[in-house]
This record gives sequence, structure tokens and C-alpha cells, in this order.
Amino acid sequence: MPRLQLSLDELRERALFVRRDIVTLLARAQSGHSGGPLSSADFGTALFFHEMDVNPERLDDPSRDLWHFSIGHVTPVIYALMAERGYFPLADLLGFRQFKGHLQGHPSKHDTPGIEVSSGSLGQGLSVCCGMAYGSRFDKNPRRVYCVMGDGEQQEGQIWEAAMFAAHYKLDNLCAVIDYNRKQIDGDVQDVLGVAPLADKWRAFGWHVIDADGHDIQKILAAFDEARATKGKPSVILAHTVMGKGISYMEDDYKWHGVPPTVEQADKALVELGTSLAEWTKRLETHTTRGVTPSANGAAS
Amino acid sequence: MSQPTPVLAEAPVKSLAKPEMKRTREGFGHGLLDLGEKKPNVFVLVGDLSGSTNVSFFAEKYPERFLQVGIAEQNMMCVAAGLAAVGKIPFLATYGAFASCRSADQMRVTVAYTDLPVKIGGAHGGISVGPDGATHQAMEEIAIVRSIPNMKMIVPCDYWETRKATVAMADDPHPNYIRFGREPVPVVTDASTPFVMGKANVMREGKDIAFIACGVMVYEALVAAEALATRGVQARVINMHTLKPLDHEVIEKAARECGAIVTAEEHQVNGGLGGAIAEVVVRTHPVPMEFVAVHDRFGRSGKQDELMAAFGIKSPDVIAAAERALRRKKG
Repeated sequence: MPRLQLSLDELRERALFVRRDIVTLLARAQSGHSGGPLSSADFGTALFFHEMDVNPERLDDPSRDLWHFSIGHVTPVIYALMAERGYFPLADLLGFRQFKGHLQGHPSKHDTPGIEVSSGSLGQGLSVCCGMAYGSRFDKNPRRVYCVMGDGEQQEGQIWEAAMFAAHYKLDNLCAVIDYNRKQIDGDVQDVLGVAPLADKWRAFGWHVIDADGHDIQKILAAFDEARATKGKPSVILAHTVMGKGISYMEDDYKWHGVPPTVEQADKALVELGTSLAEWTKRLETHTTRGVTPSANGAAS
Repeated sequence: MSQPTPVLAEAPVKSLAKPEMKRTREGFGHGLLDLGEKKPNVFVLVGDLSGSTNVSFFAEKYPERFLQVGIAEQNMMCVAAGLAAVGKIPFLATYGAFASCRSADQMRVTVAYTDLPVKIGGAHGGISVGPDGATHQAMEEIAIVRSIPNMKMIVPCDYWETRKATVAMADDPHPNYIRFGREPVPVVTDASTPFVMGKANVMREGKDIAFIACGVMVYEALVAAEALATRGVQARVINMHTLKPLDHEVIEKAARECGAIVTAEEHQVNGGLGGAIAEVVVRTHPVPMEFVAVHDRFGRSGKQDELMAAFGIKSPDVIAAAERALRRKKG
């Protein structure tokens, strides 16, 4: 299955939809993380709608690229991306974190088809992706493996075990993306436990390091191209982002790491994003079938 | 679907007094060699302990499917998960103390929650590791692994059983943990003894009391049973090689027919084999039980035999426990 490779304008619109989905599903659940999902929305959209070859129609397609969010708590953006990309109906997003839904608080392979490996305990995802990349290379499968991590997550020691492993085995089919939003649940990363200089650390561990504005989709696409062209070593993209990006009252405030907006706050956020809670909830509710969702220029909703 | 429990009334032990001694870790190493030939998707990972876990056998023959991960058990557990996610059957090997504790979170979240067929080899299980002392004597593995959903747990009794269990694990599309030891231990089965995961082996028949043991304690239980037989007490000896899923049927039958049970394990008493058996016994047919195990203390350096004696897990301890249980049974 070919990559979607939407145009820049289409990608920007899609990222906006993803942000609206995130706020709406959080407002419904009244539980979940706001900050990280919003900072990941742009590079996440670039991944799902341009960079990666995924096949929601056939989840075990052996040619598919593999993706894994080591930061399991950003499920709002993971599920929004999956629904928009056609893994399951948009309407399902309204069941986020509900007992009857299939969208667990953290990604669960056996609840949500399309999740490759469950995650939620930080620091483990890069190791998982190392195994996927090693096994894929062994099989001479040309697919790529993408791992999304957080910057606060860099405090986990296991990440550096995996960093050594990937460089030692020259896993150039592996591309890590760090959502470098400089915030974690207890405060600024530099105050909680500094991880800087991240680029130097990754370089010292033998990785190809790419700095990019994590909200500039054109630059993110260029970073993915650079990673793809890098041979003999794994690549990591430091995606410089702003926590809560796109919602004025959330931006760059660590207090939004782990909490959802109230219904009133969500409506305000959605007005900022050019819609309203009622309007966007209706869009989600009315999409009860699976498939890549249409753009605003196209038909429907 | 439930196969009859194999009864080996004549346990294939030539002599309990002078048994053949063989390392269970060699059974693991040879089991992997068996698999290397049979299954091209079997991979072996090791955390810098190729020699002492005997995965070096596989490494020499199948270097392209052998993965040295270095001293990084947490990474190893998750790399194995990633390999499993792309269709491999990864076996990983390190000391049980590290496999069960150091990478417990990785085993729980990434491996077990995802239900990936990662095969965990815990070497140097129990106090019989000897001179390395408490840090390297894994005695909490059963309690930890058994409590995690989707995990299966095997504690084979000797070389042959370890080899067969290793091979059997590869056919199970779920995660498994196998515990084996460092020092040579008595061989009490042979190449033809049946091994079915989840089905206990009755090694000796008897109706006065039942010994339910795992690992090297199966031999100690057989020795104790022979000694008791000279006094007219017939003990049934059950080799409970699979701790999870437990063979409920054989346990209930033992409780009903024997009326008293002694469990024997080279493991902490809290949460081990004894506790697992008791959970079944109290629900089905409560009878007096005694627990031969390590009683809530860390190990220490020493020789295998002197440690097992000092920690109360030799055949005389099984006999003493049997006497206590029999008194309660009569009382």
C-alpha cells in the first residue's frame, strides 16, 4: 500500500482536525492528557498522512511501516490520528477511557486493532522498536520503524540501553522522534531533572541527530527524508514543540500535561480552532464507519 | 481435550542414592539447539551471560539468530518483545534474579499485557546457585511471574524436563518463563518421559500423603518418599513442573485420596508453589498442608548441599514436614 503523501495544505488541515479531535474526546472523557497530544499533533500528522506506509485495511500487511508511541499517555493524539487515518470510526473517539469503549487510557494492542505493542510504562518503547527493526532487517523487509518518545521520558535509563543497542547494530531502518516540549507532569524538564544537551547525548551514543521545528510540517517532512537517507546508523528527530500547542491558555504550561479541559474550556479551545464543541462533537458522532476521513474541501461534514 | 496424567509408577530413577547428575541449564541450551534446527524463527538473546546460561551452544551453531544485548536486561526484555511483534520466537536468557526482578515491569507491561510470545529463561534459580550468595539466588520468581496475567511459569525438575519444556515453550503463542539452575542435579526423568505444559507428572504412587514439588525438590521428595515407605507410609510424589497454569485436577485428586499434602520448592514460601497449591486445596478439598520452602529470608554464600540443608529444603525436611502433616491428618 502506498504512502498517502498529502499536500502541505492538506496536512495542515489534517493536523487542525486532529487537534479538534483531541480536545473533543478529552472533553467527553473528562479524563486524560492534553499537553503532549497537542504538541505531537503536527509531526504525528506528518507521520500518518505522509511519511509512513500504513494499511488500516490490512493490519498485518507485511509491507507496512511500524510505529510505536513509547509515550503511551498521549493516546488522545494516537487515537485521533488512527481514526482520521481510517483505523476505526471517528465516533469511537467519544468512548475514550470509557469502560465500554475500545480506547484504553494507554495503548492496548488487544483492545485497539492497529496498536502493534501496548505501552504506558515509560522508557520501554525504543527497545521494542529496536527489536522490530532488527527483526525486519533480518527478514530483508525494507519497511521502517518509527518510535515516538517524550523529552521528560529521556530520564528513563532504559532509553539509553536501547540507544546503545540501536547504534551498535546500526539500525538505520529505525527513526525516533522526541516530542521536545520541555515540560513534564511536575514542571519544566530542566527543573525536574535536566536532560539537556539532548542532541549531544544522542550524537555521543552514535545516532544521527536532526533538529526540527516540530510544528513546521515542511521541516518535519524534510527531517523524515534526512532520516530515511541516513545509512549505517539510526536517526533521532528532536521535534522542538510547545506543550498544549494551538490552545492559547494551554500553551507552554506544564499544568496541562495530565489534565483534560472542562466542557467550557474545551468549547473555548475549539472556537480558537475554528469550530465549536457542539459542531465538532457532531462531526465525530456522525462518522460511524471506518475510512480515511474527508477534508473540509471535500464532501461530508 | 484433557489428556490423562502420565503415571510413572516406576520412576525412571536408576538409583535415588546415586543418581546421574546433570545441569538443567544444559537442558535449556540443548533445547535451544533442538529448536534452532526445527524452527527458523527462533531467536536467542542474552545479557552478557552466554556461557553460564548455556545459550553459547545456540550462538555457535546459529550465530545469525543469536543476539548479544549486553548487560541491559530491561532493554533485552523489550527487544525480545519487538522481535516477537514481527513474528520471531525470542528466547532470552539471564539470571533469574534479574529476569524476574530487574525487568519485571518490562515483562508485565510490554510482554505480558501485549501477550507476546517472549520466552524468558531464568538461569541460576534458587539457593543451589551456591557461592555467589543472596543477590544471585533467585527465590521470588514464582511469586512474581505467577501474579502477572498471560504469563506461564515452568520449573522443570531435571535436565531432560528442562530440555523438553524449552522446546514446548516455542509452540505456545504466549509468554512463558522457565526457571533452571546452575549446579548439576539428579536426573529423575528420561528422554521418553512425557512433558505436557500444565499437566503434572505423578512420579510415585501412594495414598497416605502427597508430596507436590517442583525443580530439584522433586528429587528430594522422591528420596523422602522412599525413606517413608520403609516405615509403611506410602507417599505420592507429584512433579508440578508447571506453576501456571496449575494442574488443578491432580491437586484436588491428591487432596481427596491422600488427605495430607507437603509442598516442596527451592523458593520463598510467600507466593510460591506451596501457596499456589493451597489456593486450589482450600477451594476444593481442604486437608492439612505443610510447606518445605525458604522461609522469608535471603540466601547466602555456601555449597549447594550445605545451603539446602541450612535453609531446610533437603529430604529430611520433607520427612519432618510429612510427619507434622500426618499428625494433623490423624488428629
